[in-house]
Amino acid sequence: MVSTKKDPVLAVLSLSGGNDGLNTVIPRNSGLYRDFRPTLGIPEDQIIPINDELGFHPAMGPLKKFWDQGKLAIFLGIGYSTPSYSHFRSMDIWHTCEPEIIGTEGWLGRAIKDMDPSSENVLTGVNFGRGLPRALAKDGVPVASVGNLETYGLLTGIDGEAQRNEALDVFGKMYSPAVGRGAVLDYIHRTGTDALKGADILATAPDSYKSTVEYSNTAVGQYMRNIAQTHLAEFGTRILYTTSPYNSFDTHANQGQLHGGLWADVSNTVENFFDDLHEHDAADNVTLFMFTEFGRRITDNGSGTDHGASGIAFAIGDHVKGGIYGEYPSLELNQQEEGGNLKSSMDFRQVYVSILEDWLHLDASPIIGGKFEPVKFF
Amino acid sequence: MADQDVALMAHLLRRAGFGASRDEIEAKAAQGYDTTVQALLHPDDQPGIEDDLLMRYQPSYHEAAAIENNVQAWLYRMVNNPRQLQEKVALFWHMIFCAGHSKIDSGQEMGIMVQMFRDYGMGSFRDLLLQLSLSPGMMYYLDNSESHKANLNENYGRELLELFSLGVGMDEGFNYSEDDVKVCARAFTGWNVAPAYPPFPYGRSPWEFRFDPADHDDSEKTFLGETGPWDGADIIDIVCKQPATARFLARHMYNYFVADEPQIPAWRLTPPRDEAAIKLLEKTYFDSGYNIGAMLEVLFTSDFFKAEDVRYAKVKSPAEVVAGTLRLAGDHREMKPGLFEISQEPKYMGMDLMNPPTVEGWHTGREWIDSGTLVERINFASDYLGNTEMPGIKDIVGRLLARGASLTPADFVDGCLDLVGPLEVTEDTRNELTNHAQKSGELIHGSDAERADFTRRTGEMLQMIAATAEFQFG
Repeated sequence: MVSTKKDPVLAVLSLSGGNDGLNTVIPRNSGLYRDFRPTLGIPEDQIIPINDELGFHPAMGPLKKFWDQGKLAIFLGIGYSTPSYSHFRSMDIWHTCEPEIIGTEGWLGRAIKDMDPSSENVLTGVNFGRGLPRALAKDGVPVASVGNLETYGLLTGIDGEAQRNEALDVFGKMYSPAVGRGAVLDYIHRTGTDALKGADILATAPDSYKSTVEYSNTAVGQYMRNIAQTHLAEFGTRILYTTSPYNSFDTHANQGQLHGGLWADVSNTVENFFDDLHEHDAADNVTLFMFTEFGRRITDNGSGTDHGASGIAFAIGDHVKGGIYGEYPSLELNQQEEGGNLKSSMDFRQVYVSILEDWLHLDASPIIGGKFEPVKFF
Repeated sequence: MADQDVALMAHLLRRAGFGASRDEIEAKAAQGYDTTVQALLHPDDQPGIEDDLLMRYQPSYHEAAAIENNVQAWLYRMVNNPRQLQEKVALFWHMIFCAGHSKIDSGQEMGIMVQMFRDYGMGSFRDLLLQLSLSPGMMYYLDNSESHKANLNENYGRELLELFSLGVGMDEGFNYSEDDVKVCARAFTGWNVAPAYPPFPYGRSPWEFRFDPADHDDSEKTFLGETGPWDGADIIDIVCKQPATARFLARHMYNYFVADEPQIPAWRLTPPRDEAAIKLLEKTYFDSGYNIGAMLEVLFTSDFFKAEDVRYAKVKSPAEVVAGTLRLAGDHREMKPGLFEISQEPKYMGMDLMNPPTVEGWHTGREWIDSGTLVERINFASDYLGNTEMPGIKDIVGRLLARGASLTPADFVDGCLDLVGPLEVTEDTRNELTNHAQKSGELIHGSDAERADFTRRTGEMLQMIAATAEFQFG
């Protein structure tokens, strides 16, 4: 269990679309890698070495710095048994920890419930992006979903600050808690009150924020900046979540060009993010977790790669024990997952256990639905 | 025109369609309730929306692998199709017979499936289930294309029974056994998807259904107590005969068209809100030979549908919020740019059209609302309702002006609530809105300046009404 000066905070960046793990952390000496990736294999001299066997994609230079500082944990072969090749279903499994049945509650929704059982802080969890990811969904857990932090709020279309404030005042009164209007109406009133409270507080985050760090103008860059702004505003937010643009990592075609661009953006942004936190002496209590719903097919299709099974995940932070966790899944034909994919050698819930127990100090079993051998990386 | 006729017609047009402007509500009320129901039930008597129109404005519409084109075209139809019930029924089936783009990965196939719901959605339930089972999109989505005589995949066999027809159980019992699932899946072996033509050089072509006799298990099977060499069509015949199917359809219809029920998995143990209504719909199902249109006719003309206690007894789905707001404001009533952005709004509100989260579909009722989706719903609707340049909002202002040389704040609030619905709100809400209106006093409109102020205040009031909890119901 890690102790931090302030309450530990988890930031999550979901790499939507299925990141190609094989070209992210590359088994650079493997002959089979060369055989299976005739078109998309990264030339040996461009790979950034991690150790004798593995190397980063050339676009991941900034992440190498975290590796060198011992702050980057790399999870190899992460996934779950009986892989689903559907983006939605697989993402859902990662979100709900329910590979067998269709779950509706997210693991982080449950974590928020545990940290703040009576929802005293409506900003314990905040998502950046429009629409709530299933990971944060749980009945009775308010989570703000922020499309744009600069303009976030209710009734944002009203011109004139005075008019808008007046309208919000009426809104606050109309939604003031009362009972006996009927269960659904009462529920909507509670939800509206939470949303208003959250919006009022969040609106102050950009004003109090000053930084020398310039983030890229991409969605990932801007949302990670929003995460930093919200963290620095000290609203007591413990879970900060964002997703790369929908299915952006789904590189069925033209991967050679696309994948490098995606990782350049993510790597630079992650560096900016931690620079920003360090500049404000606010990195001590933050761990960043990055995952994707699945890896991709071992053999490239001539232009891109199709949906695969196990992939790669990362954790970064001052308290993270940098290192390689797990084993690289074998590329040998007889060791592959059915369909020409990498077999998972680590269950994603083994990482969740450590995040929940060692970092967030919660009881993991009820949240992830069972006991899993933790991957100790704090 | 009597207020109760307007209120009832508005209720009908919200449920059997995506809402309407006051002009349209009054025109339909003048024609009569039963006449309107008949028109809704007979879409072929009215012009629809030609594919040609959509193609002209979206040239990539047909070869469209793009899901965006198809979602956009559907929203356009929800807003503009004179055959409103047909469009509402297509959404009804899409929310039950869930297949999603996340797996199908072809906007065109999704569009074809929804068109099938338009074409068959109000006819015989047997025909509809057969079409569904012949849909290459569905056969692929639920892995029937991976189900073989020698190597069974039970996915479609199971969901056909659990989610598409019988339901898990009713009256606390179970409707089928695990053996029935296996037999059902065996009967559908060989119901497959033909290999796709390569997309080059002419672009994608629609998928085709293909029956593979060699891969079909034609041995004798016992399904729900009946023994024979059943194939998929026989299974559908047997399924359609079951009282459980009548119950399942009746409850779905009630839940969608009349009032929110508990979530579907609870139906085995939880009795319906209105047992008599369900019994009547079940009886109609059998009397009409499984005819969905006949069930809808009984539903819309019944007292349980017209009753005051079911009005606004449903939380609007995001599609209803978006299409209903556009219809009220009168925007995108013709093809113009900007519809793509709006067609993404239901997704932000938790309903990614043509891409339901799972085969179980969206959770409806109060589960549409969380603190994130509520903000999206309120901001979207209030932006439109506060825009006094919109034709529909101009019309509301005009109607308020016509109510007299001056309006008291209370009459003004009542007028606004009336013209956006008529919407029923709690006393508390009405008081807050009236208190707010009182701050600026009586509404008069003698001079141009007063008229401009009247317009501004109307927009502001409508914005606040769009933000009420009550506005979330339809």
